[in-house]
Amino acid sequence: MDALTHTLLAADVQNRGAAVEAYRVTKRFGALTALDEVSLKVEPGSFHCLLGENGAGKSTLVKCLVGYHPPEEGSFLVDGREQAIRSPRDAQRLRIGMVYQHFTLAPGMTVAENLLLARGDLPLRIDWRREKAALAAFLDSTPFRLDLNARVADLAAGEKQKLEILKQLYLGQRLLILDEPTSVLTPAEADEVLGLLHGMTRDGRLTVMMITHKFREVSAYGDSVTVLRRGKLAGSGKVGELTTQDMAEMMVGSAVSVATAPRRRAADAGRTAGDIRLAVDGLCADNDRGMPAVRELDLVVRAGEIVGIAGVAGNGQKELVEVLLGQRSARGGAVHVDGESYGATRAELRRHGVFSLPEEPLRNACVPNMSVAENMGLRDFDIAPFSGGWLSLRFLRRGALTRRAKEWIEAFGVRPPDPSAAIENLSGGNVQRAVLARELSGAVRLLIVANPVFGLDFAATEAIHRRLDQARNDGAAILLVSEDLDELLELSDRILVMSEGRIAHQALAGYVDVAEVGRHMAGGAGHGAGH
Amino acid sequence: MDAAMNRAMRAVAPLAPFTAAALAAALLFAAFLAAQGFEAPEALGLVVEGAFGSAFAWQNTLARAAPLMLTALCVALPARAGLVIIGGEGALALGALAAAMVPSLTAGWPALPVQLLMALAGFVAGGAWIAASAWLRHVRGINETISSLLLSYIGIALFNFLVEGVLRDPASLNKPSTPPLPDAVLIGPLPGLEVHWGLVWGVLACAAAWFLLRRTVFGFSVGVVGGNPRAALMAGLPVGALLIAACFLGGGAAGVAGMLEVAAVHGSANASLLAGYGYAGILVSFAARHNPLGIVAGAILVGGIGASGSLLQRRLDLPDAAVLVLQGALFVALLAFETLNRKGARRV
Repeated sequence: MDALTHTLLAADVQNRGAAVEAYRVTKRFGALTALDEVSLKVEPGSFHCLLGENGAGKSTLVKCLVGYHPPEEGSFLVDGREQAIRSPRDAQRLRIGMVYQHFTLAPGMTVAENLLLARGDLPLRIDWRREKAALAAFLDSTPFRLDLNARVADLAAGEKQKLEILKQLYLGQRLLILDEPTSVLTPAEADEVLGLLHGMTRDGRLTVMMITHKFREVSAYGDSVTVLRRGKLAGSGKVGELTTQDMAEMMVGSAVSVATAPRRRAADAGRTAGDIRLAVDGLCADNDRGMPAVRELDLVVRAGEIVGIAGVAGNGQKELVEVLLGQRSARGGAVHVDGESYGATRAELRRHGVFSLPEEPLRNACVPNMSVAENMGLRDFDIAPFSGGWLSLRFLRRGALTRRAKEWIEAFGVRPPDPSAAIENLSGGNVQRAVLARELSGAVRLLIVANPVFGLDFAATEAIHRRLDQARNDGAAILLVSEDLDELLELSDRILVMSEGRIAHQALAGYVDVAEVGRHMAGGAGHGAGH
Repeated sequence: MDAAMNRAMRAVAPLAPFTAAALAAALLFAAFLAAQGFEAPEALGLVVEGAFGSAFAWQNTLARAAPLMLTALCVALPARAGLVIIGGEGALALGALAAAMVPSLTAGWPALPVQLLMALAGFVAGGAWIAASAWLRHVRGINETISSLLLSYIGIALFNFLVEGVLRDPASLNKPSTPPLPDAVLIGPLPGLEVHWGLVWGVLACAAAWFLLRRTVFGFSVGVVGGNPRAALMAGLPVGALLIAACFLGGGAAGVAGMLEVAAVHGSANASLLAGYGYAGILVSFAARHNPLGIVAGAILVGGIGASGSLLQRRLDLPDAAVLVLQGALFVALLAFETLNRKGARRV
């Protein structure tokens, strides 16, 4: 009998969720105090939510708890007993496991293979018949349903997330830590995964600690909440006793509107949308593997409107955006801007006032090893006042680039306020601020936006949404591709649902039937998982 | 105070991996010699003496450094665009061949226009050869490192084929060569030195490359392409043209190195000018972290290692190839320390 089965059986007596307490935990990185005497208490078998803005110390706290980097001061109590967690091995011994924000699966292997891989003590020869039977029995003991023989590459994001959780359950964890587990899932997938975990805590089999930004998930599934702010404990309490407004105030330190009600729309303001700025006709494009991703897609964006593109990830949105940004060549069809044929050259970008906020700004819109000032100059370093000279021999005026960068850093609150810092050393939110400054300070006539708030905290999200709204009101045409339906509902004048590379559904703001939109989103996903 | 410290640290930090690599390479070389029963400390002393120990050693070192500066630019300029080009030897060969052809077509012209035309011919021939790799990379997605190396072999083969064939001077009996250059066209030594004018060309080329990369719109655009091609496309930059231009300039520099070998050293194009400068240039550029100003120093260092070969041979009876072992050890150590450095940076 191998060690794991042994622990699994022996664990039956204590097959209950763990109780965890942190007592005055302090963690420093050089001069920075990431955690300052933070204490928290998680009841056994409860669903505990950890809230906080980016950099509040949530990830640092849970990384201390799983032994990734032990704290300098303070202690952890598991089931009431003080435990030294100096390494991930200690955490595993205490059966504390973590599901990271990004998938850690081997995509070419099956679900069963990935589960066995997690175990780490595999024999030279694997008795697959016996292991499969054991895995099937294990799956039956959990509420999760997955095909053991499915290849991970063929799974939808929600199923991958389930597999990540199953891996931890398979290792026998009694405390499961989840770092923003729903950021890559559709709302329906998120509800399913969190619902199942919630059920397991109700049975007392598991304690869950979840880092999240979404108040909706806290209210729907959480039992209790701990809020961190700038490395310190900002507050805690039971979910029923705290309102969303209370939690938001703890997070940001002041009351900020958390309403997700739609903003003023073009239609409400009695305005009609203007001329057609962007017209896409019969666009076809392939994905990285050479398979058709965008199929004869048509769409139009007019001046003064935000057109939202909803859809489950992997239905051609990424490829569509890349074609519009000039990062991918189309296989067929045409793109027109202001009625002129458009190929995303520098001259065309400038003539038509095209700007963009692509997803993953460091990867798509920045040169990581260049400075903030240089990155801010990416659009206009080759024209006055940032360069001068004669004909084709043009010289950079670095002083002008630096001066402008200082203004933008001030106006957009980029930290650290150093124009010469390499942009790759900035945090995600600050990279996005630097890109925002560059893309929204000019005369924007057409803006291509993709998942602009992915991974950003609440205040940064709010700021970006306000700026998009402002740009629209100033007459820009905005194409907003997002995996977050709430974001689209809040900002868009029209919503298009993209499925299998086409526009499957269209709805005007104010007349959006969310169930209908969800059905069209899922329609594509359902077919997609089939092959 | 802190800011000044930071600036000083930032200025010194790039040298740290190089210093560590140089020490490691010296240790490796010493171990290699000791294993064969040689006096390792003495040999290392001789390397320094043979490279920088006397006026004669210095001249020998600088004469070798001149072509290295130009072939190193063949790595450094494409590197700025994110391409790893290692085909400098082929560009040098074709540049030499093209330059050697010029005098026979311009008989009776004054020397200066002929020399300039030779340089231009070498530049275009070498540039076109390396630009071909960039074009293949951009249009067909072919790995530029492999294609430049294979194209380099083709270039060298073409060089040998023509020098031993249709372009051979019938008078060159046991050493097939192109017809010798008229004396008036030959490039002479610097006043009072035995080092030829190519050293000045090399230093000027490095300074020009530094200025181009650091101060011009073109250089900045190339840096954006090299730093993140996706961002370059988003900004609407002509990525393909910039890749090809950077490679053309780099290959052109190697071609001029070939022209100098013809006009200042050998007096004709023959196989003895393929002495490995194109390959050693790779080492120089990596040692200088592809910084054109650093290349001047790197070329002198690597030129010095080469120059010390004859002293090692005379005093210790070591074969010529011994200094190649030192060069190789230095290159491997450099790559290892660069990688370590990058990993460390990522972990923070």
